[in-house]
Amino acid sequence: MKMQENTYSKHNFEECMKCTVCTVYCPVLQVNPLYPGPKQAGPDGERLRLKDPFFFNYALKYCMNCKRCEVACPSGVNVADLIQAARIKYDHSAPKLRDRILASTDLMGSLARPFAPIVNGVTRLGVTKTVLDATLQIDAHRSFPKYSGRSFEAWLRRHEKEQATFPEQVAYFHGCYVNYNYPQLGKDLVKVLNALGVGVQLLDKEKCCGIAMITNGMSQQATRHAEHNTAQLRKAVGRGLRIVSTSSTCTLTLREEYPNLLGVDNADIRDSLTMATRFIYEKLEKGATLRFRPDFHKRIAYHTPCHLERLGWGIFSEKLLRMIPGVEFTLLDSACCGIAGTYGFKKENYTASQAIGEPLFQQIRSVNPDVVACDCETCKWQIEMSSGYPVANPVSILAEALEV
Amino acid sequence: MTTNDNFDVIIIGGGITGAGTQRDCAMRGLRTLLIERSDIATGASGRNHGLLHSGARYAVNDPESAEECIRENRILRQIAAHCVEETEGLFITLPEDDLGYQKTFVEACQRAGIDAEIIDPELARRMEPSVNPELIGAVKVPDGSVDPFRLCAANMLDAKLHGGQVRLHTEVTGFIREGDTILGVHTRNLQTGQEEDFRAPVTVNAAGIWGQHIAELAGVGIGMFPSKGALLVFAHRVNQMVINRCRKPANADILVPGDTVCIIGTTSTRIPFEACDEVAVTPDEVNLLISEGSKLSPSLSSTRILRAYAGVRPLVSADNDPSGRNISRGIVCLDHETRDGLKGFITITGGKLMTYRLMAETATDAVCRKLAVTRSCETATTPLPGSEERSYEAVARKIWEAPSMAQKAAAARLGTHAERIRDAGREDAALVCECEEVSVGEVKNAIERMEVSTLTDLRRRTRIGMGTCQGEFCACRAAGLLAASHGCIERERADLRDFLQERWKGNFPIGWGDTLREAEYTQWIYKHVLGL
Repeated sequence: MKMQENTYSKHNFEECMKCTVCTVYCPVLQVNPLYPGPKQAGPDGERLRLKDPFFFNYALKYCMNCKRCEVACPSGVNVADLIQAARIKYDHSAPKLRDRILASTDLMGSLARPFAPIVNGVTRLGVTKTVLDATLQIDAHRSFPKYSGRSFEAWLRRHEKEQATFPEQVAYFHGCYVNYNYPQLGKDLVKVLNALGVGVQLLDKEKCCGIAMITNGMSQQATRHAEHNTAQLRKAVGRGLRIVSTSSTCTLTLREEYPNLLGVDNADIRDSLTMATRFIYEKLEKGATLRFRPDFHKRIAYHTPCHLERLGWGIFSEKLLRMIPGVEFTLLDSACCGIAGTYGFKKENYTASQAIGEPLFQQIRSVNPDVVACDCETCKWQIEMSSGYPVANPVSILAEALEV
Repeated sequence: MTTNDNFDVIIIGGGITGAGTQRDCAMRGLRTLLIERSDIATGASGRNHGLLHSGARYAVNDPESAEECIRENRILRQIAAHCVEETEGLFITLPEDDLGYQKTFVEACQRAGIDAEIIDPELARRMEPSVNPELIGAVKVPDGSVDPFRLCAANMLDAKLHGGQVRLHTEVTGFIREGDTILGVHTRNLQTGQEEDFRAPVTVNAAGIWGQHIAELAGVGIGMFPSKGALLVFAHRVNQMVINRCRKPANADILVPGDTVCIIGTTSTRIPFEACDEVAVTPDEVNLLISEGSKLSPSLSSTRILRAYAGVRPLVSADNDPSGRNISRGIVCLDHETRDGLKGFITITGGKLMTYRLMAETATDAVCRKLAVTRSCETATTPLPGSEERSYEAVARKIWEAPSMAQKAAAARLGTHAERIRDAGREDAALVCECEEVSVGEVKNAIERMEVSTLTDLRRRTRIGMGTCQGEFCACRAAGLLAASHGCIERERADLRDFLQERWKGNFPIGWGDTLREAEYTQWIYKHVLGL
């Protein structure tokens, strides 16, 4: 037996050198004194929790799971994973009705979609917001994303034959947002990939990636989703397909949270799953070309979502946007927008959420772009609500700039 | 030089035996003084596994010790709840061991009154997932773990609450002797150089391995047989139950979970008496501990090691047998009046951390006989200060509505005395030690009540500097609080240096991987950032 050649610990918590960089980079700690901070909640707390689960601290729920601590850590400690894993393991309190509703994005989507115009109208009413605020503690400042009358899946199924004619094929993990709220993003992706000679397929049956369930104390349901989706992805990979996604959080969840938090092994397919922007960038690197409109002109400020930063892939979105002729590009400072999925919707987090995002909103206002680019749907809601500037996925901007 | 004769009994040695003896004497109404050359629990008392023996380990070869252990085990669970973790223990048989020994072992346990139960290896794997999965036999026994520093501090604190006095960092330089009677001691404070005489009709030598030297000062001889034992501390708890090998006691066959760490040990090497003050852990010992320890729990071969340390067992020949053939681990109480014709002097030695209370009772009985005091011993039934409540969870919930991690940790360390830091303000609630969650309030409490004069003293009372960072963050913060209490920055600067050096001493034998990285980082902070 090789002794002490390498040491291992779950989520690398023993590699923590106590340098405290994570604490400096934690957006929550800056605004919420109730949160113990990533180092305390993560590697420090882990040693006590291993002694006795009694040492679990409910203040861990204030972690947004933005993963900025993991990006900051020079020792490779998966700090946010430690915190989320501790919540999964030790917090056995049943999630509130509100949290269940917020977490069940695909259930809510499939219920709301047939009645989209009514639902959209009702959720936008001031009185609805007041009621939701008072009854469920969903903050009245928030608007639910609009639901689309027709799902993206239905749209793509109608174009299946046409898509099958392309020489190269990918599978698309569209996620709940594209399917129920904003099919246009999916259509934009199809447009760009088709222009590169790539046809788009659906997975046989995709479910919500489950990130909101993980962070809202519904890990069992999340694990079921993880097992289902991993099997679906595996089937697609078996057919020789790569899988792309336009959501940074879905991608991070499918690739990283499944094995690290839910114990669903995906080592065999993990590398086949990538962000659409990375896929497109790599195609262009290998010599594929896109033709852009000569009259396209936009001032774009790009916000790297925290989860894309964790993946290390913000560079691909940035490079793609920069290569569009007529784009005046500003890379916004690395910062969290404060929404963190369902986190910012909760009344108790609203103030913190806005305080976290404020430096970002200010910078956007000072740059005064035509559009903010961002690969995350919840960042989009937050930035649009808080800065007043429109937000578009880089893939949509590419689609708009294409000459077809 | 001043002389102080307000005492009935002087106890030399601030280990667990001395502290326990002082408590017992003080509870029986005696005016007590404890003198310790260094700090509490600096010798074998603080340099062991922290194993709350069930006695099973001794059942086959030393039934008398086994019976003592299980009796004291049950008592300590009652009187020292905040020092004890009731983890239970396993004795496992591996394929290379003789499964036949299990029967001998269990029978011996039962004879000694130890509740030893053979369980299915599969059940053992489920009860303790870290156990070597290849085990072919398992016996469950009522082992546990005990924090020797906390136990020692609680005994000292209780003695003080009963009017006892304590002089730490004070060396006995000689005895006040008149004819064939010891009347007291000459002492020198090693920090201030101040010399002082203390007088009492009885003096108890509870100096552990150094008891040989103390006896020599008194003009009598005791044959100690110093035996070094090395141990390794791992950076987190791998196991929740104590894991032992079910075979004749040998090297590195006990893995004890204690607080936030676990400890593997020990080795056993005879060393010369002169070497007792400076024992170092050798690379061979480290290798042996890792390789044998990995047989108990394979994950030890890939778990970060925090420190290595060694202690010296105060083994003593049964009585003045120069050959050492009659070495016993049992309790040895020598009344030097009957043994050597020297009045007013008693030596209590041998024994174990586990049986400290019984040793203290034996010694106190001897003291009382000399002083014609008839009050009986109550230490077996009176909880130590802090242990009035059995569970720290109950303590924390009683004191705080929604206890924070640090408050929970304080309740686990102080027991009911965590009450003292209930109303900590913003500053006192701040953390000194982030690894072990020790607050400013807890450190101040220790400085005020527990005879703290150095950072190392503080460590033994609070666990600061015992976590993975080994003082990197807490040492300078605690130094600030200590400096504020004694008012001398220069002294504290030197203390800080000593403390970090002492931490490094334990890192050095296992200086690789993350522990080395962290030590480098610590050096960088102290040398290059703080300019020390």
